[in-house]
Amino acid sequence: MATREVSIASSVGLHARPASLFVQAATATGLPVTIAKAGGAPVDARSILMVMALGAKNGEVVTLSAEGEGADAALDSLVELLSRDLDAE
Amino acid sequence: MSGDAELNTTFHGIGVSAGTAVGPLVVVTPPPKAPADEAPTTDAAAASALVHGVLDDVAKGLDARAAVASDHAKPILEAGAMMARDPGLAMGIDNQLQAGKGVTTAVTAAVEEICTMFEALGGYMAERVTDLRDVRDRAVARLLGQPEPGVPTLSVPSILAAHDLAPAETATLTTETCLGIITEAGGPTSHTAILASQLGIPAVVQAAGILSVAAGTTVAIDGGVGEITVNPSEKEIQLLEERKRRRAAALAGGTGNGATKDGYPVALLANIGTAADAQKAAKQAVEGVGLFRTEFLFLDRDTMPTVEEQTATYTEVFKAFGDRRVVVRTLDAGADKPLKFADLGPEENPALGRRGIRLGMIRTDVMDAQLEALAAAYKATGADVRVMAPMIATQAEATWFAEKVRALGLPKVGIMIEVPAAAIRSKGILYHVDFASLGTNDLQQYTMAADRMQGELAALLNPWEPALLDVVALACEGGQAMGKPVGVCGEAGGDPGLALVLAGLGVSSLSMAPGKVPAVRTALGLHTMTQCQQMAAAARAGTNAAEAKAAVMAMADPVLSDLV
Repeated sequence: MATREVSIASSVGLHARPASLFVQAATATGLPVTIAKAGGAPVDARSILMVMALGAKNGEVVTLSAEGEGADAALDSLVELLSRDLDAE
Repeated sequence: MSGDAELNTTFHGIGVSAGTAVGPLVVVTPPPKAPADEAPTTDAAAASALVHGVLDDVAKGLDARAAVASDHAKPILEAGAMMARDPGLAMGIDNQLQAGKGVTTAVTAAVEEICTMFEALGGYMAERVTDLRDVRDRAVARLLGQPEPGVPTLSVPSILAAHDLAPAETATLTTETCLGIITEAGGPTSHTAILASQLGIPAVVQAAGILSVAAGTTVAIDGGVGEITVNPSEKEIQLLEERKRRRAAALAGGTGNGATKDGYPVALLANIGTAADAQKAAKQAVEGVGLFRTEFLFLDRDTMPTVEEQTATYTEVFKAFGDRRVVVRTLDAGADKPLKFADLGPEENPALGRRGIRLGMIRTDVMDAQLEALAAAYKATGADVRVMAPMIATQAEATWFAEKVRALGLPKVGIMIEVPAAAIRSKGILYHVDFASLGTNDLQQYTMAADRMQGELAALLNPWEPALLDVVALACEGGQAMGKPVGVCGEAGGDPGLALVLAGLGVSSLSMAPGKVPAVRTALGLHTMTQCQQMAAAARAGTNAAEAKAAVMAMADPVLSDLV
């Protein structure tokens, strides 16, 4: 299983539009990607409800995990996405 | 024989939008609950397939409605469809099914689990709970083999009956298919009441028992007196028609400026909320705008609208009214209508919190940008622009605002009187500004300490309440002492009977939904200022709202009863 840690760059946290962009990108990978906060249970990264309920704030570190072919590349692209201030774009 | 009993049934409520209509009753289905005795799930896989199929149908239904919805309703419906298709929700439901819960219980429990998380996050997220529960209600109804709750598609012109209507539901109504609205809950200043009178749809709220009438039954509604007749007889329909004709005749009283019979002017103005409202209202016989609510530019936005964007909108509104006055209220936001870009956080008691001018004095960047745009639009048009601030309570707030407005070269500055403190001490406050406008809805909410969104408190929120009239009188006395005009821009100003009382108290302008202007113009033209003053005194002498109203109606010209 591939995993990555990344700090949320979006100024409003993983919320509203940034959450929606992230979920769309996670769904587009075609892989069962999960996202977890430190010490928390991983949730389905393709679910806008679960991702928003996570309530990850700006600067908080989250762990992304995925299994299957292309998992490393998929996670790298998601890390790149979360490293940008999506709210400002 | 039961047919005979039904024939004579009438229901009474509070008429909130005048006019009459006859048509079939369409009942807005209340959301069903998961049955307490639901059979447990034994085959989790089959149950899962069933629930997922139903959620997909719910999503498709919402998509279909979004495709034909207004720009306002579309994103709400699309977000609902996305929630219905959410894999996280599906997994939560599957977990419940595997634990043996029945299908509707599983859906309810899984949704509540997510709602709990959202509510814990507060603010924007907590508001999404309403959308999520709407998806739940639709799915549970389908699983129980019932129609989805909410307003159905109206295939023939009908009269709607509901416990209450959510803003998202009323937003989809049109005058072509909706002949009338009846609700069991709601109050005279609820969203339903305001929207119905804007659209000119007859409406009655607080009609206890109306939901006991079967769907499809013919009913007659009189939105003026607040009466509903079930299975009206030919004669009753004729009487209603007669009232409609008399009303139309009484309203054919010209299009001139508002004035009493003996010529005392009382300006008749329109309440507007958007540039589109301005275009519509400008075509009507009104003397200008008495309340331009500017919130629409700010709500549902992630960032503050730019000065340029605001200037363009204000310019459009000012141009529409030419040399007629436009009274602009600066942004009235707060914890009950939070701004994403200026949210001061949740408050225990938003109506008493940092809203209106209080927010403006904290977020001076928002206030400054709005005033700059208003000044630019004024310079571009040379219109009769008057700017006022909401929720003023003290002289310090009034001077803070007046200095800002005058520094920008705007010609007139005023304040809203919604807080009893400002009414009681209006003389001192009016010393610093050019005019005041009474927001009677909030003024009553604060005078009676009764939440205007709580239908159960409607009895405390009757605008004929003598305590409210006393507070209005105090505000007017201050205006007279300072020689400054005091107007009204709350719903009370649009009631033909109350309009006479307000004129008698010394109010110099009345601003209302444009559809209400003709009835108020006629009412004023039938009475002298002395009569208005006598009616005001009689209303204030009443021990309660009903007595106040009865006293005025007894003194008024008989034609007034055709107008209300």
